[in-house]
Amino acid sequence: MAYITCEDITLRYESLTVQEHLSFTVRKGDYLCIVGENGSGKSTLMKCLLGLKSVDAGTLTFGDGLKRNEIGYLPQQSQIQRSFPASVREVVLSGCLNGGFFHPFYTKADKARAAEQMQCLNITALADRCYRELSGGQQQRVLLARALCATKKLLLLDEPLTGLDPLVATELYAILRHIHEEHGITIIMITHDVECAVRHAKTILHIGKKDSFFGSCAEYEKSELGKRFLGENTEQEHCENCAHGHRKEASE
Amino acid sequence: MNDLSAILTPEYISVILLPALIAGIAVSLCSSLLGVSLVLKRCSMIGDGLSHVGYGTLCIAIAMGWAPMKVTVPVVIAAAYILLRLSESSRLGGDTAIALFSASALALGIFASSKANLTTDVSHYMFGSILAMSRSDVIFSVILSVCVLLVYLLFYDKIFAVTFDENFARATGLNVRFYNLMIAVLTAVTVVLGMMMMGALLISSLMIFPAVTAMRLCKRFRAVVLTAVAVSVSCFLIGLLFSLWFDTAVGASVILVNLLFYIISSVPAALLRKIQPNGNERTKSR
Repeated sequence: MAYITCEDITLRYESLTVQEHLSFTVRKGDYLCIVGENGSGKSTLMKCLLGLKSVDAGTLTFGDGLKRNEIGYLPQQSQIQRSFPASVREVVLSGCLNGGFFHPFYTKADKARAAEQMQCLNITALADRCYRELSGGQQQRVLLARALCATKKLLLLDEPLTGLDPLVATELYAILRHIHEEHGITIIMITHDVECAVRHAKTILHIGKKDSFFGSCAEYEKSELGKRFLGENTEQEHCENCAHGHRKEASE
Repeated sequence: MNDLSAILTPEYISVILLPALIAGIAVSLCSSLLGVSLVLKRCSMIGDGLSHVGYGTLCIAIAMGWAPMKVTVPVVIAAAYILLRLSESSRLGGDTAIALFSASALALGIFASSKANLTTDVSHYMFGSILAMSRSDVIFSVILSVCVLLVYLLFYDKIFAVTFDENFARATGLNVRFYNLMIAVLTAVTVVLGMMMMGALLISSLMIFPAVTAMRLCKRFRAVVLTAVAVSVSCFLIGLLFSLWFDTAVGASVILVNLLFYIISSVPAALLRKIQPNGNERTKSR
């Protein structure tokens, strides 16, 4: 059974219907990129996946042992966070709060888990630094470590590359690949960068205003929708996020 | 200037000063703790709105001859709940909803008190009267403060998570609405207690000042919380001493000491900026 099964769902944003008859599945080990224009319902879909909102019609079911609070989430950063006085350790630890039972304080296991994730993302040296003084890429890694504290199964990222320079974006893709391949974590990523999505993901969900597509990257490139969005201009127009040696890295 | 040794007779200390000290420290503690969350969540106006509602309710309670504290606490808690709901769902936006709601409550209270001709009695609560609190008021406020402190301690980690990132907290299964409500209820209780001492006009700044001062100085959440508490309590003590000495209003003196602390706390940051004008990563990224 799949982690997430969406059957014939309808998404509404306020009173406007943005998507109808949308179906897709996310299985263990998937690397799914959700792409689509602004206003096509990407963020609304994400809210449904996270349980912040219910689907307006159709069914969204969780399976394969995945519980709703076991999704690690990397949100878009808010203005509040950019000026928040908190140490990296405090931020990462706050990912450990979904234990289920009521614990007034963090347990030893929580602290060990946070330390392990900081190690994994190479931010142990920053543990006592102030979050707001870090660079954009470092902040993103801190939030990633927090998300990984909350999950061992599924990671959901909302436009993680916004505002990062190409080098840092490349690095983030490499980290995601590492998490995906070495730690076996299923990834769902929302992005507006179709070309990077095709390069890194295994499956693509394209939600458009008129039509949508769900299938493997190869199928997407051949599909009508994919051709239109990847365009004939793929070769001339260089994707800025992947400008630096991504092919090389893939072969490593 | 008063001669302190003449005022501070043993009787004065035990009957008036000591209860005021205990209640004042308790409320300073609570208000600074909650202030940190309110300022960081960008809803410091809730404190202000609640103090208006509290003042309005007090006026009505006194006009009707009810016990002021015991009526006001539940009403302000209810108001906190309504304000939170309004700012969540309303098309007006949070701050507008708060302004409308609190101004109406205040107007209602003043309307009632002007009908009952109670203006002198009620103005106590406008500016606070910590040295005129009754024994039962002091006991009541200490008990409530201890409750606020305990709840804050028990839920400290959750309060951090909800303050830092509501969406993430909600996605990992925390009941964010419950914790927001909890913060609002604790704020409501603190506002009412503070209103008796510092006055309705000043209580919201008593919540905000220590938090902002601490944020200037510290880089960790826990350090910010602890520093805010320390700043708040010391400002209260200095302000109280000052007001005895120079015979000034207690609430206003405490706030002015807070302002002084705030100004002093901004000096190191300003100096640092002068020394290394481009050394700050944050200013670059904005």
